[in-house]
Amino acid sequence: MSKYPLVDDLFSEGVAAEPIRTGFGRGLKAAGEASEAVVALCADLTDSTKMSEFAEAFPERFVEIGVAEQNLVTVASGMARAGKIPFTSSYAAFSPGRNWEQIRTTVCLNDQPVKIVGSHAGVSVGPDGATHQMLEDIALMRVLPNMVVVAPGDSVEAEKATLALAENGKPSYIRLAREKTPIFSTKDSPFELGKAYVLREGADVTLMGTGTMTYQMLAAAEKLSEHGVSAEVVHVPTIKPLDEETILRSAKKTGRVVTAEEAQAAGGFGSAVTELLSEKLPMPVKRIGIQDRFGESGAPDELLEHFGLTGAKIAKAVKEFVEAMPQYHREG
Amino acid sequence: MGTHDHLTITELRHKAYALREDVVRMLERAGSGHSAGPLDLAEIFTALYFNIMHYDPKDPEWSERDFFFLSNGHCVPIQYAAMAEAGFFPKDELMTLRQLGSRLQGHPERTKLPGLENTSGPLGSGLSQAAGVAYTLQYIDKQPHRFVYVVTGDGELDEGNIWEAAMFAGKNKLSQLVVFVDRNNIQIDGTTDNVMPLEDLHAKWESFGWHVQEIDGHNIESILDAASMARAITTMPSVIIAHTIPGKGVDFMEYDYRWHGSPPNSQQAKDALHKLRTLDGKIRGEHE
Repeated sequence: MSKYPLVDDLFSEGVAAEPIRTGFGRGLKAAGEASEAVVALCADLTDSTKMSEFAEAFPERFVEIGVAEQNLVTVASGMARAGKIPFTSSYAAFSPGRNWEQIRTTVCLNDQPVKIVGSHAGVSVGPDGATHQMLEDIALMRVLPNMVVVAPGDSVEAEKATLALAENGKPSYIRLAREKTPIFSTKDSPFELGKAYVLREGADVTLMGTGTMTYQMLAAAEKLSEHGVSAEVVHVPTIKPLDEETILRSAKKTGRVVTAEEAQAAGGFGSAVTELLSEKLPMPVKRIGIQDRFGESGAPDELLEHFGLTGAKIAKAVKEFVEAMPQYHREG
Repeated sequence: MGTHDHLTITELRHKAYALREDVVRMLERAGSGHSAGPLDLAEIFTALYFNIMHYDPKDPEWSERDFFFLSNGHCVPIQYAAMAEAGFFPKDELMTLRQLGSRLQGHPERTKLPGLENTSGPLGSGLSQAAGVAYTLQYIDKQPHRFVYVVTGDGELDEGNIWEAAMFAGKNKLSQLVVFVDRNNIQIDGTTDNVMPLEDLHAKWESFGWHVQEIDGHNIESILDAASMARAITTMPSVIIAHTIPGKGVDFMEYDYRWHGSPPNSQQAKDALHKLRTLDGKIRGEHE
């Protein structure tokens, strides 16, 4: 397997960073250029969900819905019936937060290629507080049959993921963050729906990250190496369908797994990995995320620190986990 | 497709009663399901499937077809009956309603049965899906000759999603969207007036920017005229408030909200079929 191309000097102060939603905005415009079937609908958050680039380029294919998230996804379902590929955007707290049943019935059971774009997910939304910090979206979306769930790790990948979703023909959810996220992938880094990527090789533990947490996992692995812990880092942008092969291969190699997500630890990405491992390769797993509570107001960096979601905090938790848990041993 | 528009008003009235008989037989066989709504919608579905709509049962995805969205999915038995009669699938299949492996699910599923445009059951979402199609036809694909027809219940109008869609259609003047409201005044817990009053319903729709007509939902000519009028209005979406009698045609079901969600047992089905045939006989008598 060829090595995943990572940005140089990832851990320097000057590492480039950009909101993941900005990459979505570029990807959507590119998808609009590639296919006339792509349409976009927004619930009164066109600029902040970065749909504005598409709206300006293709005004005839952009539909303003107003503050009505149930209508947002159901109008989109109808447009899909008429042959379009609709992207619908709002804050994740509202869509899929408010309109889950409409997504279940008119998108998933109805099997229409509507794309739910949930921006401002996670605690890093910051000062807006718990009402706007969506933490349950991964759990809500991944239990739905037919649904594809993607949480890109940076803006460069978000652009590729958006283009891929425009072509996958399936109900899909893409999770975006508001704040700048350091960019670890390059334009040559691979992205394929349903694939996970080994970003760094290691022997003692595998750190699996999705969305904004992948960069923090890379930072944690770097810190752990200073303490003699060799951590492998696997980036899992597609939470559903899960890349079982890559996850199992890495887990088998290191014998310990830690997952991280900027979301509820219950029912989300870590749960998906745990479900897989408990059935196919039972071993110690630690799930890092929000532990059964809501977020709160604060600066984004402060909040990540507060909830233990920075590289340094994750490294500390991983070190304790590695010291406490025996490495899972396998034959052969 | 227009293969059926040679039917006379009298023939359409007969057909509505024949579809009611199918509904009674289907519900009795299924042993569960909704009686009142499907029975009171017989004339509207007859008018839609055998006069108003353009479609090809042999090519359900025909690119020139009109669209039909059933928003209150629990009334689907009457749609299945109309579709079978129209030739979308064999009539024998009607008796598989609600059975394991059937394409005729208890609530309609698009992916199971060709000819269904949507999946509905949870109330309030069919209108906005129809609005999405109407928007696409009017503004993106620019096909002004194709129409999108919707049937909603009146109890369903309690749902907020309906009014989100009504606002959207009004704003965008979706003139190819034609909605029939089945105003039968009942819902599961009682009369609409007791559960959640809807009046002034006419004024509500009007204030959302819709062209509003009120008709006798059992009068085929009124239905055809209203649909024709709705298609002639090119500046706003149209709603046709169709006043109906729940359980229409089966006297012991009429006006009784308890038949909203119940099927007839075998004796009741026998009685119901007898009533329906007697009424149909009267229609024949009027014209002999």
